[in-house]
Amino acid sequence: MQLTNRSKQVADTKMTWMERIYLPGIIKGMIITFSHIFKKKPTIQYPEVQRPIAPVYRGQHVLKRDDAGAERCTACGLCAVACPAEAITMVAEERKQGEEKLYREEKFAATYEINMLRCIFCGLCEEACPKEAIFLTDRIVPTTYLREDYIYGKDRLVEKMDHRVDVSKRQTNNLADFKNNSSKAHNKTI
Amino acid sequence: MITQYLFYFLTFTAIFCALLVVFSKNPIYSALYLIVTFFATAGHYFLLNAQFLGAVHVIVYAGAIMVLFIYVIMMLNLNKEVEPHKSNIIKIAATVCGGILGLVLIAALRETELGEITEYSNNGIGLIEKLGNVLFGAYMVPFEISTVLFLSAMVGAVFLSKKNIH
Amino acid sequence: MLSTEIIYKIILILAVFTVTLVVALYSTFAERKVAAVLQDRYGPNRAGPLGMFQPFADGVKMFTKEEFIPGNADKQLFILGPSIAMLTCLMTGAVIPWGGDLTIGDYIFKLQVTDINIGILYLLGVVSVGVYGIMIGGWASNNKYSLLGALRASSQMISYEIAMGLALIALVMMTGSLSLGEIVRQQDEGLANIVYQPLGFLIFLVCAFAETNRAPFDLPETESELVGGYHTEFSSMKLGFYLFSEYINMFISSALIATLYFGGYNFPFQHSLGIEGNALSIVQTVVFFGKIFFFIFFYMWVRWTIPRFRYDQLMKLGWKTLIPLAILNLFITGIVIGFKNGFFN
Repeated sequence: MQLTNRSKQVADTKMTWMERIYLPGIIKGMIITFSHIFKKKPTIQYPEVQRPIAPVYRGQHVLKRDDAGAERCTACGLCAVACPAEAITMVAEERKQGEEKLYREEKFAATYEINMLRCIFCGLCEEACPKEAIFLTDRIVPTTYLREDYIYGKDRLVEKMDHRVDVSKRQTNNLADFKNNSSKAHNKTI
Repeated sequence: MITQYLFYFLTFTAIFCALLVVFSKNPIYSALYLIVTFFATAGHYFLLNAQFLGAVHVIVYAGAIMVLFIYVIMMLNLNKEVEPHKSNIIKIAATVCGGILGLVLIAALRETELGEITEYSNNGIGLIEKLGNVLFGAYMVPFEISTVLFLSAMVGAVFLSKKNIH
Repeated sequence: MLSTEIIYKIILILAVFTVTLVVALYSTFAERKVAAVLQDRYGPNRAGPLGMFQPFADGVKMFTKEEFIPGNADKQLFILGPSIAMLTCLMTGAVIPWGGDLTIGDYIFKLQVTDINIGILYLLGVVSVGVYGIMIGGWASNNKYSLLGALRASSQMISYEIAMGLALIALVMMTGSLSLGEIVRQQDEGLANIVYQPLGFLIFLVCAFAETNRAPFDLPETESELVGGYHTEFSSMKLGFYLFSEYINMFISSALIATLYFGGYNFPFQHSLGIEGNALSIVQTVVFFGKIFFFIFFYMWVRWTIPRFRYDQLMKLGWKTLIPLAILNLFITGIVIGFKNGFFN
């Protein structure tokens, strides 16, 4: 198989006089390195310039709220079951009187933790979720020094009301049509 | 004035370091003190306005020969722990030999008469032009013969270091 | 008059000292920049505009690192090693002519610390003593890698000193002077020495690379086989001295190549420009530094182009190629000078 046409046949012949004085070879090499000064640099100056990210990039998770601001997650545990890396744990609790504004369903996740060191960012939790609660976003999980800091609780996973996370890019057209169909029970607002 | 002080300083350095060459237990230190001695001697050459001799002294002795000395000492890893204990007879013999050598030197120095000290700073006798004229003029043949000697020594060294010569 | 002379010399020495250190400081930065642009990268560009404060950041880092002397090291020699390396490389700047004469009032100031009539021998002497810094430091570390680096450095420097000396002798035969000032003045009247001594220049260039321990001859500090070579055990400013002396050596040898073979501070058509006296001297100094910077760039350019030699190849090149070539060069130079002086008629 030939990958490039730059390969050279190696021969064990005696070097000619021109090859043995090495100077032409050295000058040739020096010209090659000098020409690299004027080549375009592939470096990306990271904090100022960022690489374009695919719309379906799978980065840090978000737990969505609905339009009224109630948490969508009902702690059914399907995401934890689907997770191949067993990175998700949760504790379910029953919604009390007067918390209807906070939680959409009668059952909710009291704690919801994702271990980002275990997570392989496969996106199966997103696919498993029946409530459209968990999504992967194009945010990158920042590095820290302690292992404990990689266990993300609800404080860091649930989206903030004043800082909503747009996940519409991750939805296919079929899904968007489905969501706009208000006759489905799933899309009813309470 | 400065010349005189420099002379005393260089002489003191040379003799002090020469003594340290003998008295230090560590061969590396001995070699390093010898280098300092060479530098002091080169300084004396400069004071006598023999710049060429001084520079060549530094290049050849301090720069080449002593580097090889230190090279060998480093390779053999000599240090004060492995220095063999010398018996008393050898020590006495060495003292006697040294004493006799000193006696001869003193006797020789006592007999010598200091010639008229010429004003050395301006006649330029050690300058490289004069030296070249003398070497390639009056002493042309001995100089060339000594170069042949060096050449034969070099060829001999190359010959010895070649392995597969029958 | 005497006191003016002495004060002027002290100022000149301090100026040469400062310029040497500043150029060496920015050579460390230039090395990283040149390496970067030759490899399609940007290099350091974060500290200050275009990364211009990077050398100071590096210096502060060097100074604040832990000063460490290994337990089994020879303490005095361990400190003496980097000191000698730094001392000898700073001494060489004294004989290099940095420019023409400056005339202020009645006084004529030479832009050269001292124009001794054995300038080339002085340089050879100082360079040959410079080996001790590496040897002593490597031995005193009491570490096998350091010792191997020191042994390599010493044998490499001795081997290449011979070829370098022979190449210089051919030059000295041609110019008839050992004084660097005189050699530069002769190149003002005639052509640059590179025209007459191309082979000698090539030999001198290769030997200069070997003497300054620069790639492709950086065998004493091959990080892939000897960890760090002779400076494996050194830290903080003692390591800084070793690294710094390498860059100063590079600067001085660039200045020397420019002086000996490329006309020093002279440049073509300098007398037909219509400037005279002090203005010409200043332009000459600027041109001289331009030549030096080109050769510093050349050093770095070669470093990032040519891979390192194997040690036996290094010795073979030194003893079996460069020395015979240098002798041949000497021979040819002798014959040509003989023809010119009419010995064969």
